[in-house]
Amino acid sequence: MNRLVEKPSRKWSALRADFPVLRQKVHGHPLVYFDNAATSQKPRMVIDALRHYYEHDNSNVHRGIHELSNRATAAYEGARSRVAQFIHAREPAEIVFTRGTTEGINLVAHSWGTEHLKPGDRILLTQMEHHSNLVPWQLLAQRTGAQLLYLPITGRDGLLDLSQLDSYLTQGTKVLAMTHISNTLGTVNPVAEICGRARELGVTTLIDAAQSAGHLCLDVQAIGCDFLAFSGHKLCGPTGIGVLYGRRERLEAMPPYQTGGDMIASVDYDHSTWNQLPHKFEAGTPHIAGAIGLHAAMDYLDAIGRNDIFKHDQELAGYAYDRLSSMKGIQVLGPSTGRAGLVSFLMESVHAHDLVTVADQFGLALRGGHHCNQPLMKLLGIEATARASFYFYNTKVEVDRLVDVLGEIRKLFGS
Amino acid sequence: MFGELSELYQEVILDHSRQPRNFRVLDGANHQAQGANPLCGDQLTLYVDLAGEVVRDISFKGAGCAIAKASASLMTTSLKGKTRAEARALAARFRELVLAGKSDFSNSDKLAAFAGVHKFPARVKCAMLAWRTLEAALTESPERVSTE
Repeated sequence: MNRLVEKPSRKWSALRADFPVLRQKVHGHPLVYFDNAATSQKPRMVIDALRHYYEHDNSNVHRGIHELSNRATAAYEGARSRVAQFIHAREPAEIVFTRGTTEGINLVAHSWGTEHLKPGDRILLTQMEHHSNLVPWQLLAQRTGAQLLYLPITGRDGLLDLSQLDSYLTQGTKVLAMTHISNTLGTVNPVAEICGRARELGVTTLIDAAQSAGHLCLDVQAIGCDFLAFSGHKLCGPTGIGVLYGRRERLEAMPPYQTGGDMIASVDYDHSTWNQLPHKFEAGTPHIAGAIGLHAAMDYLDAIGRNDIFKHDQELAGYAYDRLSSMKGIQVLGPSTGRAGLVSFLMESVHAHDLVTVADQFGLALRGGHHCNQPLMKLLGIEATARASFYFYNTKVEVDRLVDVLGEIRKLFGS
Repeated sequence: MFGELSELYQEVILDHSRQPRNFRVLDGANHQAQGANPLCGDQLTLYVDLAGEVVRDISFKGAGCAIAKASASLMTTSLKGKTRAEARALAARFRELVLAGKSDFSNSDKLAAFAGVHKFPARVKCAMLAWRTLEAALTESPERVSTE
């Protein structure tokens, strides 16, 4: 095969120089960071943006009249506008800053869900949801008397069974919440097609974009969802900052999630009124530096080009899929083609935790376990998988290294 | 060739993980407890047949990594014929071994193979799972044990 000997393109390897953390050895070996689905590394310009803010502009936002507060407010609201542009929202008021994907989903489940669901209503999820897009809905169902439904997957190839979509959407279903890209299977779900059908049937939609926002071009209007949530730290931004997108008419019809400063219009001892969007949903001092760091991360990604990033991710995942699948005793989960930038796999008679422990000693950062997908793992009859998840700074040479190390692991556990 | 790894995955551990001893349901068990590492997905059920204060027989079933399985297997082989108090004392010594690397086990004691675990903090809970479950099984009203 030609591509086995193909050199990584200069462009992608060159980007590694932007990431200080990648220049190190772990246990005496060059670090191979393959845990990007958990969190990505941070480029120098994001780290510099955080430092610049704290060294020059640090202040609280919105209520200040002095110069530093004006600068901090401009930077924070500038980040909001940048996010709106990044995902093609109609206006910055549709962008709520959160701590991350999890908080965004919890916000919708609490605020929208408690207001709009009644006993007997159905909440539709899929069998491949991360716990963060499952547990909030379970609790909502308990609070409201609504019921949960799960759109099935077809098996270990990890595709949604779309032939059943209509029947699941028409059983009194009020809301559909689903992942864009599966963090365990690598499946890329056709969210625009699914949201389009849901919309025709009057079903509210939420997309968990944790695994997609940093890897491909997101257009919330083209997808046609009502809500979409993602985290900054998986797309080269800081931890602790995330985004909830909501269509204006949805957000306006929702009560506040948390209450306190900044989210009010007026407060009296016996009642209060709420601030306008999006501030109604941002109680307390926000993660100002986080939003600024996220702005820098989005600029960084777009300078590379998200279409190119996704192409690179997919090439790497396809290459890893082919190489791992051809190894004796290795089974790769998820679709054989069109997968996102990760491979989740099983090695015969070697537990994922043993595999990941040994890989670490060779400088490889993998993840092993149930990946916050316990119901899916039980469905597939699996205890745990090992996962290698890629980003644009990873190379085929690193995938080759993974294959070599898996050979060593096989030798160690000799079976 | 594997450095610290060969300290962790000693031959006796690999052997017991591949072919765990006393790996069965114990029909005559009068004590039983379940243990789990929820974040890992490891889980095991421990069966103990106590004759008065003496462990007459002991076995386990479950799923987990090599460290968890080998630890459970070697624990069961070490406890047959021991009193409840002796079993608890052994559990305390084992805990010191995997948490701090402090070993008063003789080299001929197979449990000494776990001395390398303390250099891998993320794996301590794997080695401890069976022993934590033992504590529960030896009490009168066992509960489900979680090491996280």
